[in-house]
Amino acid sequence: MSKANESTIQKNIPLEYANEEGRVKIIGFWLFLAAEIVLFASLFAVYLVYLDRTADGPTAEEIFEIKGVVIQTFLLLISSFTSGLATHELRRRNTKGVVVWMIITLLLGVSFLGMEINEFITYVSEGVNISTSAFWSAFFVLVGTHGVHVTFGIIWISFILVQVAREGINTVTSRKLFIGGLYWHFLDVMWIFIFTAVYLIGMVL
Amino acid sequence: MNIKIVVKYIASPFALLFILSGCSAGVLDPKGPVASTQYDLIIYSIILMSVVLVPVFIVFGYVVYKYRERPENKDYEPPEIEGNKKLEVLWTVIPIIIVTLLAVPTVKATYDLETSPSPKQEPLVIKVTSAQWKWIFQYPEQGIQTVNYAYIPVDVPVKFILTSAGAMNSFWVPQLGGQSYTMAGMKDQMFLEASEEGVYRGKGANFTGRRFADMKFKVTAESQQDFNAWVKKIKTTKPELTIEQAKQLMIPGTVGKMAFSSYPENFKMTQLKEGVQNEPKRD
Amino acid sequence: MNLSEIKDFLIGEFFVTGDPTIYAAQVMIALTTIGIIFTLTYLKKWKWLWREWLTTVDHKKIGIMYIIVAMLMLFRGGADALMIRTQLALPNMDFLEAQTYNEVFTTHGTIMLLFMAMPFLIGLINVAMPLQIGARDVAFPYLNALSFWLFFSGAMLFNLSFIIGGSPDAGWVNYPPLAGGNLSPGPEINYYLIGLQIAGIGTLTTGINFIATILKMRAPGMTLMRMPIFTWSSLITSIIILFAFPVLTIALALLTIDRLFGSHFFTVMGEGLPEMYVNLFWLWGHPEVYILILPAFGIFSEVISTFARKRLFGYKAMVYSMIIISLLSFVVWVHHFFTMGSEPAANSFFSISTMAIAIPTGVKIFNWLLTLYKGKIKFTTAHLWALGFMPNFVIGGATGVMLASAPADYQYHNSYFLISHFHYVLISGTVFSIFAGLHYWWPKMFGHKLNERLGKWAFWLFVVGFNVTFVPMYIVGLMGMTRRVYTYEEGLGWTTLNFIETLGAYAMGIAFAIIVYNIYYSARYGERDKTGDPWDGRTLEWSIPSPAPEYNFAHVPKVKGLDAFWIMKKENKTKKKEKEPYKPIHMPDDSGQPFMMSLFFFISGFGFVWEWMWMGILGLVGVGVIMILRTFDKDEGYHISSREIKRRERAAREDRIDE
Repeated sequence: MSKANESTIQKNIPLEYANEEGRVKIIGFWLFLAAEIVLFASLFAVYLVYLDRTADGPTAEEIFEIKGVVIQTFLLLISSFTSGLATHELRRRNTKGVVVWMIITLLLGVSFLGMEINEFITYVSEGVNISTSAFWSAFFVLVGTHGVHVTFGIIWISFILVQVAREGINTVTSRKLFIGGLYWHFLDVMWIFIFTAVYLIGMVL
Repeated sequence: MNIKIVVKYIASPFALLFILSGCSAGVLDPKGPVASTQYDLIIYSIILMSVVLVPVFIVFGYVVYKYRERPENKDYEPPEIEGNKKLEVLWTVIPIIIVTLLAVPTVKATYDLETSPSPKQEPLVIKVTSAQWKWIFQYPEQGIQTVNYAYIPVDVPVKFILTSAGAMNSFWVPQLGGQSYTMAGMKDQMFLEASEEGVYRGKGANFTGRRFADMKFKVTAESQQDFNAWVKKIKTTKPELTIEQAKQLMIPGTVGKMAFSSYPENFKMTQLKEGVQNEPKRD
Repeated sequence: MNLSEIKDFLIGEFFVTGDPTIYAAQVMIALTTIGIIFTLTYLKKWKWLWREWLTTVDHKKIGIMYIIVAMLMLFRGGADALMIRTQLALPNMDFLEAQTYNEVFTTHGTIMLLFMAMPFLIGLINVAMPLQIGARDVAFPYLNALSFWLFFSGAMLFNLSFIIGGSPDAGWVNYPPLAGGNLSPGPEINYYLIGLQIAGIGTLTTGINFIATILKMRAPGMTLMRMPIFTWSSLITSIIILFAFPVLTIALALLTIDRLFGSHFFTVMGEGLPEMYVNLFWLWGHPEVYILILPAFGIFSEVISTFARKRLFGYKAMVYSMIIISLLSFVVWVHHFFTMGSEPAANSFFSISTMAIAIPTGVKIFNWLLTLYKGKIKFTTAHLWALGFMPNFVIGGATGVMLASAPADYQYHNSYFLISHFHYVLISGTVFSIFAGLHYWWPKMFGHKLNERLGKWAFWLFVVGFNVTFVPMYIVGLMGMTRRVYTYEEGLGWTTLNFIETLGAYAMGIAFAIIVYNIYYSARYGERDKTGDPWDGRTLEWSIPSPAPEYNFAHVPKVKGLDAFWIMKKENKTKKKEKEPYKPIHMPDDSGQPFMMSLFFFISGFGFVWEWMWMGILGLVGVGVIMILRTFDKDEGYHISSREIKRRERAAREDRIDE
């Protein structure tokens, strides 16, 4: 970031919004999230249509284990909260606080992912996989897509953290971290939808 | 309906043109109530569209000619006009009227075509299955099966139950009525009726792969007595369809016309499972 | 694997063999490639290519690259079209066999829509839109380069199928079960799925980029309702892209997963629904039609208003009608399959929603007519294309309304009537607009005009050929000729009409050749544009020199109303501006990353096409590595000094100052 931009930073405005580049990039990321929502919405639509298309194979009710999923949900919810705390520390320009809270966020994310992988392995061992029926294809692809997003998020945010640790908080790192935080919250919201549309409906029906 | 009469009157030169220009006039030479309904709608919409197109063409030609750049108007500076509320409302309303005039008969015909054109009469049922690359016709009441051709009685509604053993196709006999998709794992139905005796060309309209162009069939409409006689002939002279032969038919490829005096009821026709051998793409 | 197995694989599966036309094309492609490599090496241009083009993030250069690739694809798609027409010229023709024909019409459709029309429009938007809003570049120049290279690698992967593995052959809509693993095993369909997937990601990122650019990068004073209409059309198009393309991503991905990993989304086994693909495809596919037509409307509006020397009539109504069209475009998709046996209530709803599109479109047509009214109409080539659009497009639109009537559609569907309809709309809409835009903005891109005489020859030949081709198609469609048949029998009364169509198609082919020759001719002898404003234009792109300097605007323009440059000219401000002191301009850094990332996408895509998972994953790892490098990127950019700007502006405007 050029010196000129740093010097024109207005007070009272969060650092990531302090210059034009930051504002434009954040808008761009919101637009990207809109596209992501359409992407997930399509997957949800497919999943809901395929809800009872199990082709005489196992149904959701027979396989789903809600306990693990509830723990997963809490892990992700807490991680969203800690990521919010990281943003709070970002506003206070406290590098150490940001790094600590963000590492906690990522650890929670990794545990979430570990549980999800474990869940999938359990299901496969119980005899369902992506080619069991249309329903299970839709299940694994929908939840798997979310899982892949979480994986991507963990790797990405880790590399941003490296930069924050190295350079401290400035317009560039704060922007990157803020955008990473947006992504993380988005994944959390998507999980709430998955929890409702997949697991709750799957257990009830 | 007097619209119908007007339509027929205006349309007659069109139809004549096509009959003179070649042999098969397809959509424009309807031979049954369903095709007639659609034909009327088509001609009506052509007239309606002409009502819009002709004035637009005239205005366009006039404006472009009148306001072209000429040596005489070298110094003319066109006025800067922002718009005109009244005019713009006017040409929002015109298309709305035109669209409404078409939407009303469209909705009516959409509902009409869902049911039998002659509801009082018991329809003949024919199960149609498209396969790679052949049409299979089964007559459940008569118990017979034909491949790549069909017979129907004239003036009797025919209920076609449509499905597919392979790729999605579309069952179309233009002179009897519009098409409907045939889809694996689905059963759709469509009513058609012939009001004149004759042989009508039918075809698969939706692309299904290498030998798609060969997916043609003929539908022969004849009197009820002749139809009954035909059924009887098939029943007595043609062989039964064995499971083995039925499986043979599921191998992708083309066959000529075939007829069977019976068919296995419980055989599920499908080409969409592992192990169905595909034809090589090129010879 | 021993040697003979490798040989069997190479000849039996890997390389496409069998048809003399394919051998000829393979030899041609090989020779051209060798020729290009040789020429570049001989002229020592590799470094130049890398520095100036492969790593550029300049929106104008990226736009030009889009246009070049789109022209190449137009050549390929056009050659496919001529092959189709030759095969159908006479009954029982023996020119192409069924399989080749199926491949040719599949690639014709896919290439023309996704690798020609859309990139061509995106190219024109890239060139003109930032200039129209007085911006220095798009919001995300790096992403812009990435978008282009993703499109490029998707297009190249798709085209590679012609020599390696075999072309897709299930139609451009690629419906399962035909395109599923049972009926179409092998790499052909994978090429379609993965090629489109990669290019589609590029399109999505372009959409995001354009929206952010238009929302955030406008010059001071340019409110939304002062934006040039082409910029408006770009904004609305980009919003459609944002909401439509993720659906395509899903449709393609799910079919790919079905084919590669044995899932059951669209297979009948396992209770999947092939119809789901059809719905998803058209949920993207119909908005896609408006992605192709709205920028065209924008181009025509600019061109008509410029050459009628009049402000666009009913600017606001034009904007609102585009917004309404974009909303309606998401609620009409079922009209692509009325014949699927939906409920009559559903068919009625989609009939009416489709017809409703005629209302805002009608408003636009009348407003264009009123823009011409009382104007001073100049018949430049660009304007001829725009004027030619109107009557032809109205025919296409009227038949579109006819097709919207579901019961009648049962008779039109899959017939040549439908083919003629969408060619009328897409050629007289999109293709005419592409040529109009090409002639209109050419001076801004290259600093010289395209030759008008050659341009007019091409126009008339093309328009006549177009009507000669497609009017008979309406008739032959009503006579019952269905699309995608590779041949037909004698005695159906179709022969004469088909033969006429073929003649028309060749006329269009010749017209294209003239346009290409015109590009060469004008590069050598074309009239240089010294003013920067060759057409007496109305929007900001004409306020800067031609070709546009890399920093676009030496001074950020101040906008006082619609047609900002026209107002400036009226107030005679253009000269006064020279006196303002120049300030250094911040420019983004060039980067080789977008090119490299797309190369890895290509490698990965090729791996997945052949189901060589190691290669697919390896490619993705490469993509990941570059993404990680990118997160460390600070994107500092550099400054062009005020002295340098002064020097360049002087050089470019020398002639004008002399006057």
